Amino acid sequence: MSNKESIKKEAEKWEKETLTPFLAKAPERENLKDSSGEDVNRLYTPLDYEENYNEKLNFPGQFPFTRGVYPTMYRGRFWTMRQYAGFGTAEESNERYKYLLKQGQTGLSVAFDLPTQIGYDSDDPVSEGEVGKVGVAIDTLDDMEILFKDIPLDKVSTSMTINATASVLLAMYIAVAEKQGVTADKIRGTIQNDILKEYIARGTYVFPPKPSMRLITNIFEFCSQNVPKWNTISISGYHIREAGSSAAQEVAFTLADGIEYCKAAVDTGLDIDVFAGRLSFFFNAHNDLLEEVAKFRAARRMWAKIMKEKFGAKKAKSMMLRFHTQTAGSTLTAQQPDNNIVRVAIQTLAAVLGGTQSLHTNSRDEALALPTEDSVRIALRTQQIVAYESGVTKTIDPLAGSYYIEALTDKIEKEAFEYIDKIEKMGGMVAAIEGGFVQKEIQDSAYKYQMEIEKGDRIIVGVNKFQMEEPPVEGLLKVDMSIQNKQVEKLKKIKESRDNVKVKSVLKKLEEEAKGNTNLMPTILEAVKVYASIGEITNTLRGVFGEYKEHIVL
Amino acid sequence: MKKISEISEKIIQGDIRAIARGISLVENGGEEGEELLKNLYVEGRSYILGITGPPGAGKSSLINLLIDKFKEHFNKVAVLAIDPSSPFTGGAILGDRIRMQTHTGDPNVYIRSMASRGHLGGIAGATKDAIKVVSAGGYDLVIVETVGVGQSEIDVVKLADTTVLVLVPGLGDEIQAMKSGIMEIGDLFVINKSDKPESEKLATTVRWIVDEHYKDSEYKPPIIPTSVYKNEGIGDAVRDIIKHKEYIYRTGIHTNKIKLRIKDDINSLLERKLNDFIQKHIKYPEKIEKWVEQVYRGESTPFEIIKSIHENLIIDVKEEI
Amino acid sequence: MKKKIRILIAKPGLDGHDRGAKFIARALRDAGMEVIYTGIRQTPESIADTAIQEDVDFVGLSLLSGAHNVLFPKVVEELREKGAEDIVVFGGGVIPEDDIPFLKKKGVQAVFTPGTSIKDVVDFINKKMNEKN
Repeated sequence: MSNKESIKKEAEKWEKETLTPFLAKAPERENLKDSSGEDVNRLYTPLDYEENYNEKLNFPGQFPFTRGVYPTMYRGRFWTMRQYAGFGTAEESNERYKYLLKQGQTGLSVAFDLPTQIGYDSDDPVSEGEVGKVGVAIDTLDDMEILFKDIPLDKVSTSMTINATASVLLAMYIAVAEKQGVTADKIRGTIQNDILKEYIARGTYVFPPKPSMRLITNIFEFCSQNVPKWNTISISGYHIREAGSSAAQEVAFTLADGIEYCKAAVDTGLDIDVFAGRLSFFFNAHNDLLEEVAKFRAARRMWAKIMKEKFGAKKAKSMMLRFHTQTAGSTLTAQQPDNNIVRVAIQTLAAVLGGTQSLHTNSRDEALALPTEDSVRIALRTQQIVAYESGVTKTIDPLAGSYYIEALTDKIEKEAFEYIDKIEKMGGMVAAIEGGFVQKEIQDSAYKYQMEIEKGDRIIVGVNKFQMEEPPVEGLLKVDMSIQNKQVEKLKKIKESRDNVKVKSVLKKLEEEAKGNTNLMPTILEAVKVYASIGEITNTLRGVFGEYKEHIVL
Repeated sequence: MKKISEISEKIIQGDIRAIARGISLVENGGEEGEELLKNLYVEGRSYILGITGPPGAGKSSLINLLIDKFKEHFNKVAVLAIDPSSPFTGGAILGDRIRMQTHTGDPNVYIRSMASRGHLGGIAGATKDAIKVVSAGGYDLVIVETVGVGQSEIDVVKLADTTVLVLVPGLGDEIQAMKSGIMEIGDLFVINKSDKPESEKLATTVRWIVDEHYKDSEYKPPIIPTSVYKNEGIGDAVRDIIKHKEYIYRTGIHTNKIKLRIKDDINSLLERKLNDFIQKHIKYPEKIEKWVEQVYRGESTPFEIIKSIHENLIIDVKEEI
Repeated sequence: MKKKIRILIAKPGLDGHDRGAKFIARALRDAGMEVIYTGIRQTPESIADTAIQEDVDFVGLSLLSGAHNVLFPKVVEELREKGAEDIVVFGGGVIPEDDIPFLKKKGVQAVFTPGTSIKDVVDFINKKMNEKN
């Protein structure tokens, strides 16, 4: 009798003799489901997955990288602790960055306000009320110079959450570095630059897919030649999950986006091994600890296969899925906000046990407002406690071999590949988005999830169970209402003092180039250096490319 | 705006709020709606364009672009966009409007989303009444966008002067079209998404069917390729729509259509009045169960029951209808 | 026939987070209402115009970017200017408790913060509807 057969026999015996009589006395709880809405088994055993160590898991730093992308992982050094921050004016954000670096943060992560993200100047009528709200307001290079004042750009790595206007902000960053005497080949960092998930989930798109994809491949090409240490894209599942997807959908749609970018780059003649090593990913760490760990492992294994089998990548680095993680903002509750510290701690564990390369932990008060300095510090301390005290960092991929984790890793991989196949049949991710398929799938999951909470099938502590009367939270961070005026004043002065003839001619040149096929990055760089504003640059491109109109499916 | 007479007056002056409220009143039915229609009754004053076709054909986006061009031919444009109501809850999500939202601030364009409210046939039951409201409000072009569910699109033909069928490649329309005889409802055929390679094949198929169907007819429906994405072919569509308009006005087809609609109005009003009358005098709702029971037990037959109703009806009909 | 409740769910400003707005739209549809949804990035002016053209009873605004103190009152103002002050405006999103009295003073009749049950929203709508009639 083989090992499996004997386990099977024992399992049957256990069910009959031990489990059934017990269940008769003490029935189980209901609604024990994973994020795809499927039942979680009572128990996982070797019967629940196909073991094939060398092929499916292998060793860290080796294909298919299930156990991690590096051979030593956190035994060498911890993940980068990177808190996303930015609000108000460039001066205020600059202060916050310096504070965070002093607190032991190891990388910067810049949040921009919505007008900056969508390419409007602070004085544009549509910017009203939004200036400096969800991030820092950047109109011209002048703001960017203030933002990084006294921060040596050859020493820090900077991640910028910027998508539709990523080319402009990257150009500004390069220009600021140059002014500090740091050449482009020395700077390190990441731009999000992932437009597809903006159409799906986040909403800060500007142009239609085609010209957007062109801008992205322009950046790939430009950076491979001039900014070699820059991560040119952070392919993001984070927002897809925030929009309400399941864990498997998060992986599926993120990797499908990744495939689309690779195809676009290969189509323009780039060699996969030249740019693939600079691709990075960005995932969500949700509450279901074990499902999340399995998700990260499945994603790594899948991407390695996709790169090797689909794109014929040769270099190991091209096949490694390196990722940033942020704890799930949507799980934070406005009720009893201190409970969020605990949620974030669990999510931090998920990210670390899943092998993340960098991590942002949310602050307890983010369901109420932008986080205060105190809250941000606690969030950072949470990472430090997991790193230094929890012990989970001492060995690599410590949950591997758990029957549940391995079965779940396989399940997520299977579900996600099914989605990817379906999307391929539709003609790829752009077609699937334009047809509303991806949005509809996510919305259906989100609706189901929310209805479970409404019905009490899913318990959120403090929200639909264990509620209590509580006084309003005090001391929330308020963004100064006068910031728009300050920013508008500043912009006015810049526009008066710069060389407007030059600005006009560079913008004209940009317009002409946009109509053709050349790489737009050099001219955008030229434009920011003469202090053309983000609104002027983006509007020039809008004139040529047009604007995307969302496809609503409900 | 409480009084119906006041609303009627404002509608005639073109007041948007009153027009919007008026449509709600006729949608909700009942006495107020009827009162309003009594004040406003018009037929044939506006040119009515029906836009139909399967979901995903790009009807709303097409209308969005058509509106710009129609402004050269009409003073005021109203769009009634119909979406389906949920058969279970009666609720609806009305989302067509988003594709036309650029026209929202335009005082000469009025856009109204309507839920089908259980009415089959691709339009809402109150569509023809809503048309009267905007017509009275001075909109000389009324565009009706149907739900777009396959074969139940026939109703729009009755209330529109010109019906445009929008088709796109890839939705299985070719087969659909031939099977359902849907070709008979289009005065024009728009093949949208002409940027897609398969669209030419679809156009050829449609051409073939249309030529066959209209071989003895003076009017041959044009087939117009458009691309909403590239903003192409929109001018052609408008030109051919206007041509059809001129054709039906010239040949008297339009007059016949109007007379048919008036006949329809008389019929449905009469039907409703008779129905009200039955409800009131025969006390149908309270009695029907009793009658069923009697027939079931073999104590009576449907014929005997109708006979007894007849015998007991002694009223002055003139007073009632 | 009972009057159908018509409601506009709108997202003013530049914020693209539409999970909440779309959930509310669907949930209110399932509660039997007719819901007009116009997508993200709507100006207060177009929201008011839409509300009037669609003859809605309610406008529900959703915003997570923090611009609510500027944009919500603007919608109320626009409606008032266009003579449609009877349309009830309410809002939801990441809105600090501190801001709620200000918004109410400006004519936003209810503010729903994260964690609100859909039932509370439906109850609010029904209550207001009864007051209207």
